[in-house]
Amino acid sequence: MAEARFHVFRGYAKHGDLVTYQVPITEGMVVLDGIHYIQAHLDGTLACRWNCKAAKCGSCSAEVNGRPRLMCKTRVDEFGARPITVRPIKVFPLIKDLVTDVSWNYRVNQQIPPFTPDANDPGPWKMYPEDVERLYEFRKCIECFLCQDVCHVLREHEGMDRYMGPRFMVRIAALEMHPKDTRSRTDLLKGSGGIGFCNITKCCEEVCPEHIHITDNAIIPLKERMADDYFDPWRALLRLFGGKKEPRGT
Amino acid sequence: MTDWYETFEYDVVVIGAGGAGLRAAIAAAEAGCAVGLVCKSLLGKAHTVMAEGGIAAALGNVDPQDGWQVHFADTMRGGQMINDYRMVEIFAKEAPERVYELERWGGLFDRTPEGKILQRPFGAHTYRRLCHVGDRTGLELIRTLQDKAVHSGITVHMEVTFTRLLRDAERIAGAFGYRREDGRFVVFKAKAVILGTGGWGKVYKVTSNSWECTGDGCAMAYEAGAELMDMEMVQFHPTGMVWPPGVRGILVTEAVRGEGGILRNAKGERFMERYDPKKLDLSSRDVVSRAIYKEVQAGRGSPHGGAFLDISHRGAEVIKKKLPSMHEQFLKLADIDITRSPMEVAPTVHYVMGGVRVEAGTGASTVPGLYAAGEVAAGLHGANRLGGNSLSDLLVFGKRAGEHAAAYAKAVRTLPAVDGRQAAAERALLQRPFDASGGENPFTLHEELQDVMGTYAGIARTGEQLAEGLQKIVALQKRAEQLHAGGSMLFNPGWHACRDVRFMLTLCEAIFRSAIERKESRGAHWRLDCPDQDPTWGARNIVVAQSDGRMQVSTRPVPPVPADLTRLVRQGA
Repeated sequence: MAEARFHVFRGYAKHGDLVTYQVPITEGMVVLDGIHYIQAHLDGTLACRWNCKAAKCGSCSAEVNGRPRLMCKTRVDEFGARPITVRPIKVFPLIKDLVTDVSWNYRVNQQIPPFTPDANDPGPWKMYPEDVERLYEFRKCIECFLCQDVCHVLREHEGMDRYMGPRFMVRIAALEMHPKDTRSRTDLLKGSGGIGFCNITKCCEEVCPEHIHITDNAIIPLKERMADDYFDPWRALLRLFGGKKEPRGT
Repeated sequence: MTDWYETFEYDVVVIGAGGAGLRAAIAAAEAGCAVGLVCKSLLGKAHTVMAEGGIAAALGNVDPQDGWQVHFADTMRGGQMINDYRMVEIFAKEAPERVYELERWGGLFDRTPEGKILQRPFGAHTYRRLCHVGDRTGLELIRTLQDKAVHSGITVHMEVTFTRLLRDAERIAGAFGYRREDGRFVVFKAKAVILGTGGWGKVYKVTSNSWECTGDGCAMAYEAGAELMDMEMVQFHPTGMVWPPGVRGILVTEAVRGEGGILRNAKGERFMERYDPKKLDLSSRDVVSRAIYKEVQAGRGSPHGGAFLDISHRGAEVIKKKLPSMHEQFLKLADIDITRSPMEVAPTVHYVMGGVRVEAGTGASTVPGLYAAGEVAAGLHGANRLGGNSLSDLLVFGKRAGEHAAAYAKAVRTLPAVDGRQAAAERALLQRPFDASGGENPFTLHEELQDVMGTYAGIARTGEQLAEGLQKIVALQKRAEQLHAGGSMLFNPGWHACRDVRFMLTLCEAIFRSAIERKESRGAHWRLDCPDQDPTWGARNIVVAQSDGRMQVSTRPVPPVPADLTRLVRQGA
């Protein structure tokens, strides 16, 4: 049986190294299958996260041959005879092997004001297909955090104290553009959300396994909203008295 | 004494953060309780995320004739009348409000041209009833509940595994377990505990279930003295992926058939015409699974032992809009473009109808202070669950379990005492695999138990096979005493698997013992040696419970359905 050579990062925050494993190849096998083979047959202590193995939960993020990917969706045959190097995603602190501490994301999420409909409008609501369908793209996010991993602000500039990262721009976009949401989050975007730090290099879009147009459809429109609210004098005045969202064409 | 574990204290501890656990936690917090929500994975990754097709609720948006009465009748018929009718009635009546509530919390659904929630047809539902968003309804549901929960004052503990429920005499006192990250032991003191821990599809090799579905919650409840019911009822979803080998079992949503997909055998015949000429491809899951099984047995199977499912006639645009993740899944994992070619599918273990026996309206188990909701609880689905009924189950009974556990917790005068000896005994059990003496690999044992279940407790069963399978499980239980784990307690999957395997073996035993007892065919339980339904068994649920350290099987009468509700079931038949 043909074998693939896996180099897998093993270790902790302070020390660690690549360890080589020979893994038998089966038809259609994905990188996560290789990791599972190692766990079951070669070393049961190899730590990784995974849940659904069907690209729906976003748990098994890793850097495969230098590229942030979902291991369950990365086919072994795409590498031919080349060895497969698997490292943990770099942007978050390492716990062990392929498992990183992603708790920062959950803390950030909690800072985002939740969906807030008009309390006097209990529904059932009338919303037309075109009202909701443009939000689907954002709601597709499986929180794999690969976009956070490649974001320059977070990765190279350690900007976690200034910018929430692409994932949460997508989340805020979904809330802001929800037809029944009444709250404005542009102050958050300008302040601790740090949308100004994004310089639109689109690296996040390239790695998104759900093909979300993060920059074009979420970040740029949010930047425009923020600019409208803060630099359009009429809106700026309204903002002072309200905190409510202004009706918009888009 | 207390320095070897960390202690947390809540009014209500919810175990599991899928749909049921999240909804229960929200309800308990809204009732004013301090709530700890504990999950084995990261928040938002629970198996609910994989639900695809939709939420069944009789809104009547597309078919105005629909109503709770029809949903009630469909669910009872689907469950072959061994469901607890009181649960079904509550469920059918409350599901619509739970869906609208989800919408008020920010959840999005596909819409009708008039702006209402769109509903799609699904197997054995009389009317178009499934509220959905493409084929990722579960993700929408879990994300909506997750965002609601984190703003409800709930404390979330991620990547903590509980392995024992703690008791103060008869009543619940909390739970004991470990943090996956560093193996540190934890004790959660609680007045009430809610299980929202899901199913145990992982006892089978070919399954749509994720790694978490090892049934810890159900097994812990059993070990704490709770009764389990209908354990013989394991749902084989007719359409799982078949090829390549690594994806075998991954779900192909019933929405493919809901959107017009057609099943064919190797000869190109639309074989469902023979098995259910009325409902065809949208017959109930037990019927379609058996049909595929029979076609394969008769030599008319697809190349890898399944059937073909074709949706390509709907055209690329519709498929990409209504079934986007199916399109992506086949393209990436199987090199198949479903807008052009049929999929190859075969039955895959998808759901367990059985579980913790609960009181209909409250989710209370037979252990005071212990509640269960969602897949881990039994009674709603009877012998076969209809597609889409799981997501509404989570919402309806998650909320109810949360409310009733909160009420119970508030009525508790004296805080239950945690018995350190129970925690110490569990610690000893957990640490045993590190002793050098044992030589069994937990992953190997897991595979072996899966082989036993697939071979001896599959779609088609006989009394003889079941008895043989049970013996094999008992033998594996002995070997499980010798499980070995290397390394340390820091994020160690091999070590974690040791306890999982023991839980799974307990549930395997329960499945075999219950399946041996039910000497008839009903719903998902198909006995080749007793091929017909037997009215005597139709009036009984099978129950297992621990007594003197052994698993005892008994029966409970199915709650008799009142005349007016029986009429509803007969009307639509």
